[in-house]
Amino acid sequence: MLTDITIGQFFPGTSLLHRMDARVKVILLFFLIIAIFVFDTPGDYALMCALTLGLGLASHVPLGTLMKSIKPLWWILGFTFLIHLCTVPGETITTVWIFTLTKEGFMRGFFLCLRLVLLILLSSLLTFTTSPLALTDALEALMRPLRVIGVPAHELAMMMTIALRFIPTLIEETDKIMKAQQSRGVDFETGSILKRISSMVPILVPLFISAFRRADELAMAMEARCYRGGDGRTQMKVLRVTRVDYAGILFIAVFFALQAALKIVGI
Amino acid sequence: MAFIEINDLSHEYKGAEGQSTLALSHVNLTIDEGEFVAVLGTNGSGKSTLAKHLNAILLPSDGSVTVDGMDTRDASHLWDIRQSVGMVFQNPDNQIIAAVVEDDVAFGPENLGVPSAEIRKRVDDSLALVDMSKFAQFAPHLLSGGQKQRIAIAGALAMHTRCLVLDEPTAMLDPVGRQEVLSTVKRLHDEEKITVVYITHFMEEAAAADRVVVMEKGKVLMNDDPHNVFSHVEEMKRCGLDVPLPAEISWKLKKQGFTLPDNIITDEELVASLCQ
Repeated sequence: MLTDITIGQFFPGTSLLHRMDARVKVILLFFLIIAIFVFDTPGDYALMCALTLGLGLASHVPLGTLMKSIKPLWWILGFTFLIHLCTVPGETITTVWIFTLTKEGFMRGFFLCLRLVLLILLSSLLTFTTSPLALTDALEALMRPLRVIGVPAHELAMMMTIALRFIPTLIEETDKIMKAQQSRGVDFETGSILKRISSMVPILVPLFISAFRRADELAMAMEARCYRGGDGRTQMKVLRVTRVDYAGILFIAVFFALQAALKIVGI
Repeated sequence: MAFIEINDLSHEYKGAEGQSTLALSHVNLTIDEGEFVAVLGTNGSGKSTLAKHLNAILLPSDGSVTVDGMDTRDASHLWDIRQSVGMVFQNPDNQIIAAVVEDDVAFGPENLGVPSAEIRKRVDDSLALVDMSKFAQFAPHLLSGGQKQRIAIAGALAMHTRCLVLDEPTAMLDPVGRQEVLSTVKRLHDEEKITVVYITHFMEEAAAADRVVVMEKGKVLMNDDPHNVFSHVEEMKRCGLDVPLPAEISWKLKKQGFTLPDNIITDEELVASLCQ
């Protein structure tokens, strides 16, 4: 029941976006997010929507799948919209009970939601087109300069790698423990919420004990294979900036120039 | 000088309240380059403790261990020792670090600071040696136990390990997986001249070795050719061990008054002597 889950939402493929260096993608995403907040006229939004749609198509990820990433944030979006609709003063559309809905509120709420949607979609495009492992490597590489101020970049990346490696193993184990407890009559499916939560205890205790034992053995295995932290370590898969990346950087730069030009001209 | 020399080695585990357990007491053992040595013993005989001394995961409480002339207590040789002696542990799941097979095999050489192109080559070669090339891109949790242990062996080979120490590598595997691991180890020993220290409690596996060391209560009880070791049937049974089935049959037949040669341990030898 718990088996066969995918970690993250990586959508394997060979599109231009898939082939880009993960580091470049992270940096470009960072600039795009800033751009979403800097350029805020309706014209800018139209451009940004077109760009997101274009990138979505270029990624070969089905647009339906891409839109699904908004689903968990549906409530926040709706709530944000309503708050703005009811609280921003301006030209009244209609009055419902004590709330006055205004035209300005509607516009402000709509654009704020659009901003959030673009933000989620662009970030999802990164996770859809980059495997969790490549993302981990990219984050390690990007955080490396922060080591001088004491950010343990290598250790964080190693933690991520090990977590990714052990998620399926621990899920299998949870499944096994649950079946073992069920076969001895533990009921996970009925009863009040409190009762169901308390029936999780006999799962969590053995799971934690086993996780600690695994950690201990894994540490020994890592030492036996000469692990001594990030210093002096090399990597088999070196991240490489290629022509696809230069093209991507150039494309986004041109896009920003266009937006800036429009802003200066004042459309 | 032998590749691994163990001189008067004792190891004491310190408990929480000052009590201590002596896991190894005054062990003397040498292992030559290119040998295949099996270590047998029941639980608590000290065989796993002995294994952990061979690549300086544990350090002697007393006595010494030298690997290729390097003392394990000398911290300046620590990484050279761990590079020359690779370990494979019992639980296949708890020794695979990366989420992709080839990344895991690369883990050792990456730690050693080997250049990227050279790591790639070593990973491909090591996976080919354990016959796992086509699983290079797999996630480890999709592999069988025997395949995971072969990945662990490849991980050690990629460090250009000269000696493999396997600590009950087949204890958690099914018979098919056991056979896979044993035949891989034997092939590496025969073809690649890898020194093997194989800790096990399966007699059939020990019978494949050049030499068998039997341990009991932290001491070396026997250290001989498998034929000689397994002909001491009564002594083996006394310390809680079995002997391979053919050795057991010939021992029982001899007790019934049949005349059979002394050192029968394989099916073929038993058949040959019975058909005479």
